[in-house]
Amino acid sequence: MSAFVNLDPAVNPVEQFLRSDRMPHIWCPGCGIGTTVNCFARALLQAKTDLNKVAVVSGIGCTGRVAGYVQFDSFHTTHGRAIPFATGLKLANPDLTVVVYSGDGDLIAIGGNHFIHAARRNVDLKIICLNNFTYGMTGGQVAPTTPVGAFATTTPYGCFEQPFNLPYLAESSGAVYVARWTSFHVRQLIHAMGEALRKKGFSFIEILSPCPTLYERRNRLGDGLDMMKYFKESSVVRHGASTREVGLTFQGPIVLGKFVDTDRPDFLTSMNQQLGRTLEAQYDGCGGDHVRS
Amino acid sequence: MKADPVGVLTGTHFLDGDQACCEGALAAGCRFSAGYPITPSTEIVERFAYRVPLVGGMFIQMEDELASSIAIAGAVWAGARAFTVTSGPGFSLMMEHIGYAAMTETPLVIVDVQRGGPSTGLPTLPGQADMMQARWGSHGDYEIIALCPTSPQECFDLMIAAFNLSEQYRTPVLFMMDECVGHMTEKVVIPPADQIEIVPRRFTTAPPGSYKPFLPDPDGVPPIARAGDGHRFHITGLTHDEQGYPAMNVNAQQQLIHRLIGKIRDNAGKIARNEEHFLDDADVVVVAYGITARVALRAVQMAREQGVKAGLLRPVVVWPFPLARIRELAARPSLAGFVVPEMNCGQMVLEVERAVAGRAPVALLSHAGGTVHRPEDILAAILDSAAAGSARRSTGQVRPAPLAEVSR
Repeated sequence: MSAFVNLDPAVNPVEQFLRSDRMPHIWCPGCGIGTTVNCFARALLQAKTDLNKVAVVSGIGCTGRVAGYVQFDSFHTTHGRAIPFATGLKLANPDLTVVVYSGDGDLIAIGGNHFIHAARRNVDLKIICLNNFTYGMTGGQVAPTTPVGAFATTTPYGCFEQPFNLPYLAESSGAVYVARWTSFHVRQLIHAMGEALRKKGFSFIEILSPCPTLYERRNRLGDGLDMMKYFKESSVVRHGASTREVGLTFQGPIVLGKFVDTDRPDFLTSMNQQLGRTLEAQYDGCGGDHVRS
Repeated sequence: MKADPVGVLTGTHFLDGDQACCEGALAAGCRFSAGYPITPSTEIVERFAYRVPLVGGMFIQMEDELASSIAIAGAVWAGARAFTVTSGPGFSLMMEHIGYAAMTETPLVIVDVQRGGPSTGLPTLPGQADMMQARWGSHGDYEIIALCPTSPQECFDLMIAAFNLSEQYRTPVLFMMDECVGHMTEKVVIPPADQIEIVPRRFTTAPPGSYKPFLPDPDGVPPIARAGDGHRFHITGLTHDEQGYPAMNVNAQQQLIHRLIGKIRDNAGKIARNEEHFLDDADVVVVAYGITARVALRAVQMAREQGVKAGLLRPVVVWPFPLARIRELAARPSLAGFVVPEMNCGQMVLEVERAVAGRAPVALLSHAGGTVHRPEDILAAILDSAAAGSARRSTGQVRPAPLAEVSR
């Protein structure tokens, strides 16, 4: 059974993607996560994809709650393990479009090992990573994305660890699509999400997003709107920029854009090619109905 | 339903327990595994990686056991039957996902080929010291089903039972092998597919839009769905309501946790599976499981040859533990006592003591692992127990030692 986008102008176009019975959501005023979910819905409006074949997988944290609010087959998994869960889901049913929607702490700290390995394997997953520079759900601790000099509850005298440059990490691990936008750049973000949905292979979008309650307040950066002004005024779009050079600093310049858009066989394609070559007629493919009971 | 003949390697084979375990999974319809190499379990996934592409399935070697144990949950929610395989250190890493599978009622099978522990311990030598970890290893309250094979033949037969139980109760099932059983090679008879009974997954028949992933049938088990079929369901490890939505309140917690525990605890009698030898007139009951039960049976036979009425109770399903059966045996007036040999420093003996509740002496015969017990040692414990029983009878002491005197 398929289900496609409802384009009736009388209905809110985003509502069909949301679990309205779960509103209001938990996110704070000024938080950017909801804005990105709106962008995700609008990307799906344009994607002409079978909505019954979209699955959203989240880990734990504020962004980890996205899975609970979107009206798809959705999985709120354990902390850090959204990507390996999504890997099993995708491999056992290649017809699914599997989106991993989670935060920087979840995907890159506790889940960092899975992130690099899924990118290396080029599993066909769309990774949407909200980077708000901190752990929001637990109260504002230092993250592997916290800029040097920023304050967090567990770096009360300032962060001195070098943060990850996520696009560089993603590209060097093997991602075939890498982009960075902010929750201010909604049109570009919608476009990038649409590209990632259409892309076959490990696709990664980093979204810089405000956490007014825990990151901005502690660092005296104002409220959500002030962070949006920072995103607007300090960012420059440089498509194709070398990811090596797009690292972030505390309130420093931000390079945005699509950095990587390349093609190489995804995990299942490689597997089927290799097994087909080796086993010849004995191999009848795998996944799909073979695997499912 | 009957097994799919494609995955059933019908015939008489000479296999080790690891290989037989793999064949059991294939016969049970499992077509997906994610795993990480660890001695002494690796042969299971090596064989699976070799065999499964020929029957339409797949194996993926993950980056660690955390990934393996959650990737199989992902595959299950796509509709696959899935299992993973590990040993002590990897089993420790999988604990969180045992809880996740219990909480989300995800049917899957995790095999632990036990070796000596703790920590890296004795990678190539047997142990039985993960038994309590199997029961209690993940945080929070839950019930678990665990099986303990004692031969390669059982590694095959009981894997099918493990998958069947996981489907019937929509729960993770643990398969507690040990290095000795895993690496022991014996005759394994794999029957024709039409003689293998498979419990089909209980898919929902609710139309899309009305499915509630945690609304139980009268037996306490909710039907399941798979992603991509239009149900647009939600699964979370948070405490949740019947819809699967997070519910952070006392009532939801009470209802959910009691149901999760009840669906197994209330069916413990149906799930139970024991192997019994010479129990009809036994004065000394040996309780043993896994490889230790094979040694114990020899010791029981030796005791019988010497005229001592010994018997063996072997829990095949170790969790839930057969408390009721042991209680029955403990109530026998003639009973001298229980002997519990284990390749650990006293784990399941605690359950035996709990069931016996002081009605009879319980003697632990512990072995820290690395090799199996010697039958002679178990025999000596049986003879001691029998002698103590006779001494009590001759002094007119009808009730056995109180709980305080039970040694651990």
